[in-house]
Amino acid sequence: MSGIIELHDVGKRYGTTEVLTSLNMTFEPSTTTAIVGASGSGKSTLLQIINGLIRPERGRVAVFGQPLPLHDLYRLRRRIGYAVQGTALFPHLSIRHNISLMGNIERWETDRLTARTHQLMELMDLDAELADRYPHQVSGGQQQRAGICRAMYLQPEILLLDEPFSGVDTLTTREIHTRFLHLLEVEPTTVVLVTHDIHEALTLASELVILREGQVEQRGATTTVLAAPVNTYVENLLGKDDAV
Amino acid sequence: MRCSSLLLLTILACLPLRLPSQEAPIVVGSKNFTEGYVLGEIMAQLLEDRGHVVERRFGLAGTLVAFQALRAGEIDLYAEYSGTISEVILQTQAELGHQALAEALLPFGLEPLAPFGFDNTYAIAVTATLAQRLDLERVSDLRDHPALRLGFSHEFRDRADGWPGLKRAYGLPQDSSGIEHGLAYRALIEQEIDVTDAYSTDGELLRYDLQILTDDRSFFPAYMAMPLVRQGLRPEAKAVLETLAGHLDESAIRQLNAEVVVSGRSFADVAARFLTDRGLSTAAPRARARLGSSLVRNTLVHLKLTGTALLAATLAGLSLALAVYRSPTFSKTVLYTAGLLQTVPSIALLALLIPFVGVGQVPAIIALFLYSLLPIVRNTITALITIDPLLRRVATALGMTQAQRLKTIYLPLALPHVLAGIRLAAVVSIGTATLAAFIGAGGLGEPIVTGLALNDTRLILQGAIPAALLAIAVELCFEALERVLIPAHLVTRNAVA
Repeated sequence: MSGIIELHDVGKRYGTTEVLTSLNMTFEPSTTTAIVGASGSGKSTLLQIINGLIRPERGRVAVFGQPLPLHDLYRLRRRIGYAVQGTALFPHLSIRHNISLMGNIERWETDRLTARTHQLMELMDLDAELADRYPHQVSGGQQQRAGICRAMYLQPEILLLDEPFSGVDTLTTREIHTRFLHLLEVEPTTVVLVTHDIHEALTLASELVILREGQVEQRGATTTVLAAPVNTYVENLLGKDDAV
Repeated sequence: MRCSSLLLLTILACLPLRLPSQEAPIVVGSKNFTEGYVLGEIMAQLLEDRGHVVERRFGLAGTLVAFQALRAGEIDLYAEYSGTISEVILQTQAELGHQALAEALLPFGLEPLAPFGFDNTYAIAVTATLAQRLDLERVSDLRDHPALRLGFSHEFRDRADGWPGLKRAYGLPQDSSGIEHGLAYRALIEQEIDVTDAYSTDGELLRYDLQILTDDRSFFPAYMAMPLVRQGLRPEAKAVLETLAGHLDESAIRQLNAEVVVSGRSFADVAARFLTDRGLSTAAPRARARLGSSLVRNTLVHLKLTGTALLAATLAGLSLALAVYRSPTFSKTVLYTAGLLQTVPSIALLALLIPFVGVGQVPAIIALFLYSLLPIVRNTITALITIDPLLRRVATALGMTQAQRLKTIYLPLALPHVLAGIRLAAVVSIGTATLAAFIGAGGLGEPIVTGLALNDTRLILQGAIPAALLAIAVELCFEALERVLIPAHLVTRNAVA
């Protein structure tokens, strides 16, 4: 095994509900993998196992070759970006301070903070004049861009995205996709993207993982999976979301 | 921020109790009933007349508080009664003479001065009309009129030295019924009862034209009034107070009490007139413009009490909340305990603290501190545990340590609620601190307590209005603080609960 993220025989249950069942998965560096599945298929749990927010009952997890859990998980997490649906920007911080949060935590010099914030906002096409507004004062799409900027601030080697682009209109989503792909060209990283939007998966990811009730139903290059679904579940999942 | 709070706490704690003066003032105390105030004011004015600087700490809630205040040196003297000293303080049934009292008080560091000259004991009162009609002069005369209706205060009916003993000592044939003392005189006038108990020096006896029956078997113990002073009091001051000896008999003090209660004159006025009439003071009754300075002093003390308690409660409350908020069990335990404290009535809490820390400002601050804890702890814990779980998850996922999350995310998000809790505690404290006057802590409660004892609205307002203004000022300060500390969209106007 040589992946940047490795999961071996991972199982997780909440009460009597088994969310992940004996999951084996490896993520190669600098790839973008989309994880697609119905609600309750364990997608979000999988992401939170990777950054140590959730501890599995069973199996082994290794990130950057180090087995989890680590003594100082927070150091590991600073190398892993995280953005979620609804953006979860901190309401008491301006867009600027939301984006530069981790730079501030790392006690960067002001010049470096300004430069990095400016750079990311430009890459994600965020107007500089939005910097001093509070999250509730900007649009949903702008919040999503800011959420990505915040996650990418420390140039993480892994970026975990939990449906970060849902909830805005199609046109805006497409624009954000374009900017995000551009950002990845400039600052390549390993992306694990959880989504229920097959369009999004096709646009952003090279790898596709279909998750069903805590197990991998199918995995492969995006185009392969799309061309040859292994069963009707996958077919329906791809087809249904396609229609949406 | 913690550093500056501590600094402020220290400054507040060092605030002087008294406005500066060249000589340490003699602190004159009084218990919170009319005669207590009258005697306190007479002693205070006499001392002032002889050139002593005097501070008044009037309206202490009862014998134990006044006695503790005296022992603790919070006051230098107050007027006490021989019977009360024997029974309540020395806890003996024996009736002690003046010399015996002096000896018994020696170990306490206290000294009874020469009695004023009157005995304020229990007395049996009837209307003058009835006394005349039935030719009643002595208590034993009651024996000949078994049909008389006796209505006594509940306390009098319960005490061994009250009705049960009286009935036995005089062989009285009547039974008695219970009546609120406050209603008894009116019941006499309206002829619903014929006989009741009274205090022999009560000014109301004059208002209702009541007659006291002589205790011809000397059943009631003597309650000779006298100045009770600390042994350390300056000898010159003691000598001044001794000049009062023998100047006040029952009818004189009854007259003074009546002037306050019936004619509505001020203690200061009544005391000044008395001293002049007796040739004890040369100065003509003067209208002293003390309102301004006493207002400033009371307000400063009030601010010191509430400010110190609030700062301590804020530091302790925040630390406590931060220590427990992640454990539901501990959080609940802390909240229930703080809530329990809140249910103890303020006066009861103050009284409960007396055996441990005495009287004065320390127990007042402790009580205010305990009352302030609940709103601060509860609001802080509630604010911390209701932070959006998604925000928590992201804060953790981004790689912040627990301390960094608390400082950068959780506390700022909780701040509106935390401030609302501190604000509530501050306003409630300002109100509650008025009760601290009952245990001699001073503050804006002082005129209120005196006013209550006198049913003097003007005096009550002298404490109540500044206290209300103070509460409003504190509200405004907190609003300003919120504007500075919290982004406008996060200010929760109704975050009080």
